[in-house]
Amino acid sequence: MLEIKNLHARIAEDETEILRGVDLTVKPGEVHAIMGPNGSGKSTLSYVLAGKDDYEITEGEVLFNGENMLEMEPDERAAAGMFLAFQYPIEIPGVATMEFLKTAMNAQRKARGEDALSIPDFMKRVKAAANHLNVSMDMLKRPLNVGFSGGEKKRAEILQMSLLEPSLCVLDETDSGLDIDALRVVSEGVNKLRSPDRAMVVITHYQRLLDHIVPDVVHVLSKGKIVKSGDKDLALELEKNGYADFVDAA
Amino acid sequence: MNASMPVRHTQAESDLFERFETSKSALSGSVAVTALREAAVDQIRDRGLPHRRVEEYKYSDLRAFLKSAAPLSESADVAAAKAVLDAQDSYGELERYRIVVANGVYLPELSDTDALAGEGVTITGLNEALAGEHGAQLLSSPKSALNDGLITLNTAFVQGGVIVDAAEGVSLSKPVELVQVATSRGAQVTRNKVTVGKGAKLRLLETFAGDSGQGEINSVFDYTVADNAFLATTRLIIGGGDAARLFTTIATLGAEAEFKSLGFIAGPRFTRNQQFINFTGENSEAKIYGVTMAGGDDLADQTLIVDHAVPHCNSREFFKTVLDGRSKGVYQGRINVAQHAQKTDGEMMTQALLLSEEAEMANKPELEIFADDVICAHGATSGQIDEDLLFYLRARGIPEAEAKTLLVLAFLSEAIEEYDEDDVTEGLESRVRDWLAGH
Ligand SMILES: Nc1ncnc2c1ncn2[C@@H]1O[C@H](COP(=O)(O)OP(=O)(O)OP(=O)(O)O)[C@@H](O)[C@H]1O
Ligand SMILES: [Mg+2]
Repeated sequence: MLEIKNLHARIAEDETEILRGVDLTVKPGEVHAIMGPNGSGKSTLSYVLAGKDDYEITEGEVLFNGENMLEMEPDERAAAGMFLAFQYPIEIPGVATMEFLKTAMNAQRKARGEDALSIPDFMKRVKAAANHLNVSMDMLKRPLNVGFSGGEKKRAEILQMSLLEPSLCVLDETDSGLDIDALRVVSEGVNKLRSPDRAMVVITHYQRLLDHIVPDVVHVLSKGKIVKSGDKDLALELEKNGYADFVDAA
Repeated sequence: MNASMPVRHTQAESDLFERFETSKSALSGSVAVTALREAAVDQIRDRGLPHRRVEEYKYSDLRAFLKSAAPLSESADVAAAKAVLDAQDSYGELERYRIVVANGVYLPELSDTDALAGEGVTITGLNEALAGEHGAQLLSSPKSALNDGLITLNTAFVQGGVIVDAAEGVSLSKPVELVQVATSRGAQVTRNKVTVGKGAKLRLLETFAGDSGQGEINSVFDYTVADNAFLATTRLIIGGGDAARLFTTIATLGAEAEFKSLGFIAGPRFTRNQQFINFTGENSEAKIYGVTMAGGDDLADQTLIVDHAVPHCNSREFFKTVLDGRSKGVYQGRINVAQHAQKTDGEMMTQALLLSEEAEMANKPELEIFADDVICAHGATSGQIDEDLLFYLRARGIPEAEAKTLLVLAFLSEAIEEYDEDDVTEGLESRVRDWLAGH
């Protein structure tokens, strides 16, 4: 589903190289966790996958279902099934959340040649998803993410993910800012989306998320490269010993 | 005066003098009104059209813009005016009364005169009144607007308009649309006097329909809002074409009065919407909003002077401008607070969103305060679309053009929402979309 080969990326503005040869293959149905020290390039990788143009790709390629993803616009990637749950969801004053959800869902449907949702159908879907994720409808009446608490923002991201039904979900520190109950609710929401034809890349610092969302593979990203991959026990080991062993190796 | 003529006249100015010679016998008015018209023409002869060396017109050089001046539009026939009205769609299904002025002249046949009379609102044509004993008073200006170039041009050529009188205490069930119709090419010059009596409430919608060709559209709206009265006025200045759109508001507010206005500009080549707001009674409030969109080589100017001449009044000015292409936006806002106008509260904000590198915004908010116990603030910002917001929307599958549209709408909606006349402004979103898609 996702093949990242020798990906090098730098900040377009000042040419600092952040990603220095990332290799990663994710197959349908798999959940991969990416861990790594602050500043190692995890969010950068997620942005590059989503198509943020602050970064310049200097080498390597990214194939999404066999297609060259780096040539697609951000909205084309989304319509093709890519979803990024942002580490820091941004507030957009003046854009009503419901209006945004409807526009996004229908834009993706249109790009795939499907009919727009009827209002009742749309409302039904939103209510169901909000209910599962413990998101109040009152919150959805506000402008997008405006005044949402840190945890509410993260929940709203997963709500969007449930509604947009992507095939590749990249979650960037979705657990940070969530209280213990919210972590469980959100993890359940994510697990509900696990399916044989959907893949997930979960970026996190903490093992506790991986107790809920059990990964097939765990990677350590350090200084822009994957320096170690293993099964879920690798995360336990990291929790105990920290990154020192791997960071030095990189 | 001619002997000491300091300016070399432009083609447009010469055309205007010729226009005056040809039409003066047809222009109505008492002897005093005719004298005012002649004085106005002399003033244009002396000073020329407003140009960039006049401080108030520094950014909006009408003299340079007008390459020629068309003759005045000829009187309209009712059927032609009706055809133009039927072809336009200003407010769709919104329930409203209508007052029609075609080629500068009030058309009772197409207006809801009787229904309005039933609600306590009388309408008369300006022409008859200009010919009457008090005609000259109808053309008076407040101190802040004396010698203004647009008003002078209006006084010289005013063809007519309406006098709207909402009696004391009336509260209309529906808004009133004052629609000015052009049925043929030629300048459209009107003056409309609206009085909202004590305790009365009126919501006015000002629209324009038809095509005046190269003929300038010059309208002065003179509002009097009596004690405890309320007036909300929404002015739509939309559409393409080369005709200069020249609009002036004069508002005089009594005590405990409330005045709100929204000036919505989208698309004309050259627009100036200027407002002179005057507080004459205490505890009154004026809320002035502007929503401006300009693209291509357009120039759109929102100018206002708010005169706090008495204590205990509040004013709020909030202007939003979206510019694309090589367009130019102008905001000039001045709050004057007289020495004895204590406890004045004035808050002015102007914000511009630039969609292109070449677009330019001239933001000039000013405070002139002579009282010591006041709260006055002003701010001005100018910036581009936030790339992070755009990326977020696109990452959810919303194509770039639609994402930009959402952000532009979000930007403008702050002013529209604060204006708080939802039934009236409901249709503006589609106007913004039309402008974004078509300019
Ligand atoms: N647009 C940018 N401009 C400047 N520096 C940037 C930009 N994007 C990323 N960086 C830098 O690149 C490095 C990697 O950042 P990134 O956000 O990818 O780290 P991370 O692994 O997600 O860290 P964290 O665990 O703290 O979220 C950091 O040093 C960061 O400051
Ligand atoms: Mg990060």
